[in-house]
Amino acid sequence: MRRYSPKKNVQAKAKYNDRFWVAPRVPRESIEEGSYFAEAVEALQANGIEVLESFVELGQLVVKINPEQNIATLTTLKEKSCVKMCSELSAVDYLEQDGEFEIFYQLLNLDRAQRVRVVTRIKEGQAIESIEKIFKMANFAEREMYDMFGIYVNNHPYLKRILMPDDWYGHPLLKTYPLQGDEHASWYEVDKIFGKEYRDVIGPEIRDTATIDRYDTERFSRVGHEVPFGADPELVDTTEKSIEDGYSKTVLTDYTTGSRELENRR
Amino acid sequence: MAQHQVNYASSGGLPVVLTSADHLINWGRSNSLWPLTYGLACCAIEMMASGASRYDFDRMGVIFRASPRQSDVMILAGTLTKKHAEFTRRLYDQMAEPKWVISMGSCANTGGMFNTYSIVQGVDRIVPVDIYLPGCAPRPETLQYAMMMLQKKIRRESANMNKNQKQRFI
Repeated sequence: MRRYSPKKNVQAKAKYNDRFWVAPRVPRESIEEGSYFAEAVEALQANGIEVLESFVELGQLVVKINPEQNIATLTTLKEKSCVKMCSELSAVDYLEQDGEFEIFYQLLNLDRAQRVRVVTRIKEGQAIESIEKIFKMANFAEREMYDMFGIYVNNHPYLKRILMPDDWYGHPLLKTYPLQGDEHASWYEVDKIFGKEYRDVIGPEIRDTATIDRYDTERFSRVGHEVPFGADPELVDTTEKSIEDGYSKTVLTDYTTGSRELENRR
Repeated sequence: MAQHQVNYASSGGLPVVLTSADHLINWGRSNSLWPLTYGLACCAIEMMASGASRYDFDRMGVIFRASPRQSDVMILAGTLTKKHAEFTRRLYDQMAEPKWVISMGSCANTGGMFNTYSIVQGVDRIVPVDIYLPGCAPRPETLQYAMMMLQKKIRRESANMNKNQKQRFI
């Protein structure tokens, strides 16, 4: 059962009080001697791969390497440590903090049910070598990485946007991607289907879901202030009639004026 | 030569029925609405449930078609992305007149919870919508009600589609 919390007056309180709450870090453990993970790291070092850092996080091995050695690392892990599957591959935007992207390869050993994460960092504008030759899944995953972050992948068979349209501007998972005011994004479908001259006909996107245009007499009608369907918008101010008796003011709670009528009744 | 005599004053005038062309044409149109199978997201599950045996749209003459050339109604069931908007419009254009559009669910109506860069904020930016169906997702009964409302709308409008042009903004 879920713990009961009083539901009364939940609207009045802010959901989050502490703006400066910092999520606790996942504890890092050292690699156990003689374990599968230790063997994997030893195999990497024996093949001349510079392991910058290696530790166990949530029961998974994390190996940090240089970006130039990603092919060699993954080949070694696949051949020596029997990591036969790459389940996920993507990037994290640390451009603001460090001027770098973090690229990770999430690998899985199906026989022993062990996971290995290979992590590397590239500078902004730097490309990374494709691992499509080693793991076929990287074909789509690297396309997605290019689409979402704009990271170029060398020797990829078909590096093209996968989620966004081909003529889309910008890479949406970047922290700098605008959430509002992006003209290309907000008019995209109108420009593409009807052409720019139809912008005036169709109008801008309504992003505020509570928007009510009282002069739009075809799609909206204010409760208690009805006008005839399709009435001339210029006549709204004069023809609009307020129905006083239809809606009791004592039942509805007016949050703007802080009326407590509804709570008093309870 | 007819040997019998018909008494038109009894039995409601049978076998002769008098009606207007509008009534007759709209009767036919409204009772065989064939929607284009157009599921875009989770609303499609409810749309499929409406067509399946429990709610059984077939009994209303609503038969889902897989081709825009054979359909009269486009039920836009789900979230429409900006990438896909172009194809939605193309399918709408491929449908033969007369045609109607039902916008099913919050996402199709206004973009719903997807107030994001990649989602069309209401399919009425792309195609003229006749019925807006609220809900997330609307239950099959709601879609059934929307179909009945559309039938009412069709029966009310003129059978001559040119007279209805002013309702269609594009």
